[in-house]
Amino acid sequence: MHPHRAKSTRRRFLVSAGAVAASVALPQITFARTGGPARLVVVILRGALDGLAAVPPYADPNYAELHRELAIAAPGRMDGALGLDDTFGLHPSLVFLHQRYLANEVVVFNAVASPYRDRSHFDGQCVLENGLAKPLGTADGWLNRALAGLPGGAQHPRERAVAIGQNVPLILRGDVPVFSKSPQATPGVDEELLARLGDLYSNDDWFAARLANALQTYKLGDEGASAADAPAMSPGVAARMAATLMRSAGGPEVAVIEAPGWDTHANQGGAKGALAQRLQGLDRALRILADGLGPLWPQTAVLVVTEFGRTAAMNGTRGTDHGTGGCAFLAGGAVRGGRVITDWPGLSRTALLDNRDLRPTLDLRSVLKAVLDEHMRVDAKTLASRIFPDSSGARPLKGLIRA
Amino acid sequence: MMQAEIAVLRFGLGARPGDLAAAAVDPRGWLLAQIGGAVPLAGDAQLEPSARILFELKAAREELREMKRETASAATSALAAMPNRNPVRDAYLPHYRAQVLARAQSAALTSRPFAERLVHFWTNHFAVSADKGAVFGIAGSLENEAIRPHVDGRFVDLLTAVEQHPAMIAFLDNQYSVGKDSGLARMAARRGLPSQYAAAGTPRREFGINENLAREILELHTLGVNGGYTQTDVEGFAQIITGWSIGGGKGRLAGGTPGRFHFRDDLHEPGAKTFLGKAYRETGRRQGEAVLADLASHPATAHFIATKLVRHFVADDPPPAAVDRVARAYLKSGGNLPKAYAALIEAPEAWNPDRRKLKTPEDFVFSTFRSLDVSPQRPEEVVATFALLGQRQYTPGSPAGWPDTSTSWDGSDALLHRVLWASRIASRYEQGLDPVDLAASSLGGYARVETVTALRRASSASQALALLLMCPEFQRR
Repeated sequence: MHPHRAKSTRRRFLVSAGAVAASVALPQITFARTGGPARLVVVILRGALDGLAAVPPYADPNYAELHRELAIAAPGRMDGALGLDDTFGLHPSLVFLHQRYLANEVVVFNAVASPYRDRSHFDGQCVLENGLAKPLGTADGWLNRALAGLPGGAQHPRERAVAIGQNVPLILRGDVPVFSKSPQATPGVDEELLARLGDLYSNDDWFAARLANALQTYKLGDEGASAADAPAMSPGVAARMAATLMRSAGGPEVAVIEAPGWDTHANQGGAKGALAQRLQGLDRALRILADGLGPLWPQTAVLVVTEFGRTAAMNGTRGTDHGTGGCAFLAGGAVRGGRVITDWPGLSRTALLDNRDLRPTLDLRSVLKAVLDEHMRVDAKTLASRIFPDSSGARPLKGLIRA
Repeated sequence: MMQAEIAVLRFGLGARPGDLAAAAVDPRGWLLAQIGGAVPLAGDAQLEPSARILFELKAAREELREMKRETASAATSALAAMPNRNPVRDAYLPHYRAQVLARAQSAALTSRPFAERLVHFWTNHFAVSADKGAVFGIAGSLENEAIRPHVDGRFVDLLTAVEQHPAMIAFLDNQYSVGKDSGLARMAARRGLPSQYAAAGTPRREFGINENLAREILELHTLGVNGGYTQTDVEGFAQIITGWSIGGGKGRLAGGTPGRFHFRDDLHEPGAKTFLGKAYRETGRRQGEAVLADLASHPATAHFIATKLVRHFVADDPPPAAVDRVARAYLKSGGNLPKAYAALIEAPEAWNPDRRKLKTPEDFVFSTFRSLDVSPQRPEEVVATFALLGQRQYTPGSPAGWPDTSTSWDGSDALLHRVLWASRIASRYEQGLDPVDLAASSLGGYARVETVTALRRASSASQALALLLMCPEFQRR
């Protein structure tokens, strides 16, 4: 798949034992296909998740020494990883994700990165969201462009995607109208005032469109919402809102959740500590999403991504600095999971990128394209030309989604 | 056309009654007269200095450490019994609230709204977040202590004051960044000493740098991400500023004035260092200051700052001619900020009445206060307002600050939250107000005929006021 793969003798293309189990088990699974369209949830972890903590390569001979007190021990050891295969595990906080992995509903990607190779969060997130090979060049996001390529495309009568939050992140901005919905309730907005605002906005398309969207959705999910002036929303609260909206009649097929706070430069912690708590929150959010989507889960894929990984070695303040290769997850009832997909480059001094980062061997766009292709049925031409231009080197992976 | 409106609404923070008339005589002169000297808080807030806040915090920190020790040792710990109790946060909370209230009052009352907006601009440029526990109670201190005194001075002074402020040092983790060959590291190696800040029971670790502050100074505060530096430069600069710390720590981090910037010679990586191809000889604290001075006069910094100023004051897509004009003025004056501001005011692109940005929640709230000629009094209420509108004060999600483009604030849900807040404010302040007069005093020529008609036809004064606050021309600046 990758031309450079042949060069390395030490590398292995790892598809874990679980994959075999999955392919054997597949025919017995009966799908609760409701016949409805595929559902996609994208979770963006802002701040750069340490992939070497989330998906510890416990069997790599250099891991423990580089990651030091931030390293996660092998499965079975005290505070050890949740085993995935004979090389990788999951951070002990990711209990639900591991459970779904064992149920063949999760693919774990390691040593993966977007095409971005510098170490700025902001440019890194820009590339993660704009779908180009560089931070500048477009003001819209790949997921918005993908909406236009969905079956039913532009003629679709209502918004098919929601950003969980008050505003819309870059990944979902663009020509196709989308809406936003935060878990903060808006109780008691006067209906007459809203009607009069509708009149007042009639000569201003920009405000008119947003008000129309707000009116369609403003009561949805308010039962489960928090007080309007509640502070920062947790990933779990966002996940609950996403599930509620997607379950509602005519609800969106695509949702984006943002979770900040992964920039662990200092006191990152190991099996316990700051990052462990964040990961627990993420794991809880995934559980809430699965529970909340209920009957939709079999046709759902949840994509968990971050802008880049972090340094292989612990820094001087018991944290990690900005790196390159990291991890990603694809979870859901529609996912042909139970596998770790990686071309593991190893953590030896010569294997590291710039003598510091996990070397990426898988282009994240190969994952994104596969999900849009196999799961969302975006037509191939749009995928290659408009959604991820300049990505011919990143061929979509095959077989991530159940047939 | 609309020159007074642009001066007051785009460059300023919104119109108090009389502002538009005052600016109409000479809109550019009205702005220029506001530049010069420090920009103290308007209003009568008495805020504790950060050094004092940090000093007082020592007791709370001790308590938190004790609670954590118990957590580690006991099944039912103090923290588990009171999950919402955090002594440090509790000690910080009144300061955070007081700073947020003081900021809102200053925005509501100031007679130098352009200068005040520049303070906000720089606070966002040098963003720290109160969401980080160690910064919670001193995020506003950075604005008031490092930015307000220097906003109308030389950029190098502003930059140095910010990077040496405890809030920035703590936010970007520089206080524990240690040179590998520093006095501390060498002594520890010699004696096999454990790190002073390793928790009890953890194994000894090597000392090393943390490149967070160095990277963000280059990427976000000076050169910009395309400013021509490399990873090697980031690491070199991080070595140079090892030792930039905060006074009054424990053990080996004792020394210095508690809560103030303190250069710790024994954490500093000794020797000459190279940065951007230039050698800097060993001068301790001044080695880093010399780099800041060179960064401040770098053309990439001029371009980066000019781009951000023009994006903030002119348009989401900054017109290159205006950027060039501001950058040239900056460089020609040796980084004299008033010269850059004056160039901005002279840029014809800034005076185009059709080019308007969506207000951020901050802009919306402050301009509402000014239009209504009210100053908020209850800190909890101001804090809650910004939570409602999605811009909790001093908590940008990243060190890059709040986004400064309309598309980042224009979600349908955000609009609904603005409607909710506008209707609450309207029902409180409707008494004795004539919304049509208010439209004239707060929007001047921008008030559209259909808006005025809608205000006249509204079913109540309260509804009319809410409509005014939510009309497109009030929502833009």
